[in-house]
Amino acid sequence: MLSVNESLTRIRGMILRYLYLHRRSVSRTLEIIFWPVMELFVWGFLTVYLRAISQGEVSQFIVYLIGAMIFWDLLYRAQQGVSISIVEEIWTQNIANLFVSPLRIWEWMTATFIYSFFKILLIMTLLSLIALGLYHFNFFGSVGFYLIPLAANLFIFGWLLGIATSGLLIRWGHAVEALIWGIPFLVQPFSAIFYPLSILPVWIQKIALFLPSTYVFEGMRQIIQQGNLQPGFILPAFLLNGVYFLLSVLFFALMLSRSRATGRLGRLGMD
Amino acid sequence: MSPSPESVLIATRNLTKSFPDANALDSLTMRLQRGEVVGLLGPNGAGKTTALHILLGLLSPTSGGVTVFGLSPIRDRAKISKRINFSSAYVQLPSNLKVRENLKIFSMIYNVPNPARKIDFLLELFEIGHLKNRLTGALSSGEKTRLNLCKALLNDPELLLLDEPTASLDPEVAERVRLILKKIQKERAMGIIYTSHNMAEVEQICDRILFLHRGKTITEGTPADIMRHFNSRSLEQVFIKIVRGGDVICE
Ligand SMILES: Nc1ncnc2c1ncn2[C@@H]1O[C@H](COP(=O)(O)OP(=O)(O)OP(=O)(O)O)[C@@H](O)[C@H]1O
Ligand SMILES: [Mg+2]
Repeated sequence: MLSVNESLTRIRGMILRYLYLHRRSVSRTLEIIFWPVMELFVWGFLTVYLRAISQGEVSQFIVYLIGAMIFWDLLYRAQQGVSISIVEEIWTQNIANLFVSPLRIWEWMTATFIYSFFKILLIMTLLSLIALGLYHFNFFGSVGFYLIPLAANLFIFGWLLGIATSGLLIRWGHAVEALIWGIPFLVQPFSAIFYPLSILPVWIQKIALFLPSTYVFEGMRQIIQQGNLQPGFILPAFLLNGVYFLLSVLFFALMLSRSRATGRLGRLGMD
Repeated sequence: MSPSPESVLIATRNLTKSFPDANALDSLTMRLQRGEVVGLLGPNGAGKTTALHILLGLLSPTSGGVTVFGLSPIRDRAKISKRINFSSAYVQLPSNLKVRENLKIFSMIYNVPNPARKIDFLLELFEIGHLKNRLTGALSSGEKTRLNLCKALLNDPELLLLDEPTASLDPEVAERVRLILKKIQKERAMGIIYTSHNMAEVEQICDRILFLHRGKTITEGTPADIMRHFNSRSLEQVFIKIVRGGDVICE
């Protein structure tokens, strides 16, 4: 068999593994929908309330808030997609089976990428429909065609954060499990998600400019406000993601090699 | 007569692994030929699992040389992994998937031709065909052990590393599993490294034994040779002699 075909079969095998998991675990499947929808309810009704007690200016802000919430969820879910997949193998003591098998790391990561992509597409659609129905906020309508480059950058950045998180899991095991849910919140305050970059102290703005997510959220606000975006605006996000791609792959390789040296790799899930 | 390079499955030279507070493996030099079954024996903490993990590319050695099929376990993982497999009492298939689903996924990962036939064949071989649609987590530990062996044979490995594979089998099933393994091993001239604390089983299945204690190789040879050398009637006696007099033997 051609080696490309072999790779594709292994990627399909891993995607199938995640699908089986969902078919088996109703609670896990519902959870994917449950959290973002509940979050949207809270943020949505908060904005409805703010709209009621204020006029004009603020109503724009309300639109940002719901859009930001939906985009934030995209970033968060993309990061979770990879790291939960890895920790799942640790929990079920299956990780050594995979590391001894012909499955290559890149094939594994590609499987998590594809699987997360469709999962997130589903959630985004659902959230947009709810936002439209309950709050008359047309997410696709207000962001339009720009949605594609913006969402792509967020998704890729989240996925890369997930690869970095997975590196930590491979290196340290159970001890760092909490980071799966913590890492996204490390970038949250610096990404100008719920407020414009300009309100941040200058030194935080400098940090923010190194995060692809900042350009996405700034861009989103600009589109909602002005109806368009200069073509070059999102470019830095793509470039930064390119750099972070290299860095997260290197980081993962380093963590894997350390895990092999300390003996953690063979014992993941046993402590 | 020196063996041809293709017939050497494993070769290690002064293979050493030190952890901050333990010398897990100390200068292991060994070979495994095609068609040979070698037992790694030794008390708890002797370094058996450490040796297997190095061979599987899960652990990097501190010093010394190791090749599997003449290749480096970590650097050449992509080439080696297709031809090797393992089963360990400490590694499981995902409990939240069905038996059939787990084997299907691993047959895709190993690019097994005709996977459905292979899976049925292996399940029947280990007499767990009736558990095909059961959740893996619902199996008894002995049934899980046999499922792990099915996974380990999916890719018709040339080299099989087994870490206490019969640890949770009842004596009667353990006996049958040994016979099955031995039969497949003979048919395919498979090389096997086998660790176990059951001396009778080791005597039955292994052509050669390597006895480790505190990471060091204490003795090596056929079961008969070793028993003669230690002037004992069973490997169990040898085991006890070595462990009780361990400090004397290691100097
Ligand atoms: N990752 C690790 N970090 C530190 N020490 C380790 C690690 N892995 C193994 N050791 C130590 O190395 C020694 C050999 O362990 P190993 O697991 O190889 O023993 P074993 O022969 O397989 O024992 P058992 O029969 O109990 O399975 C032990 O003293 C163990 O505590
Ligand atoms: Mg062991």
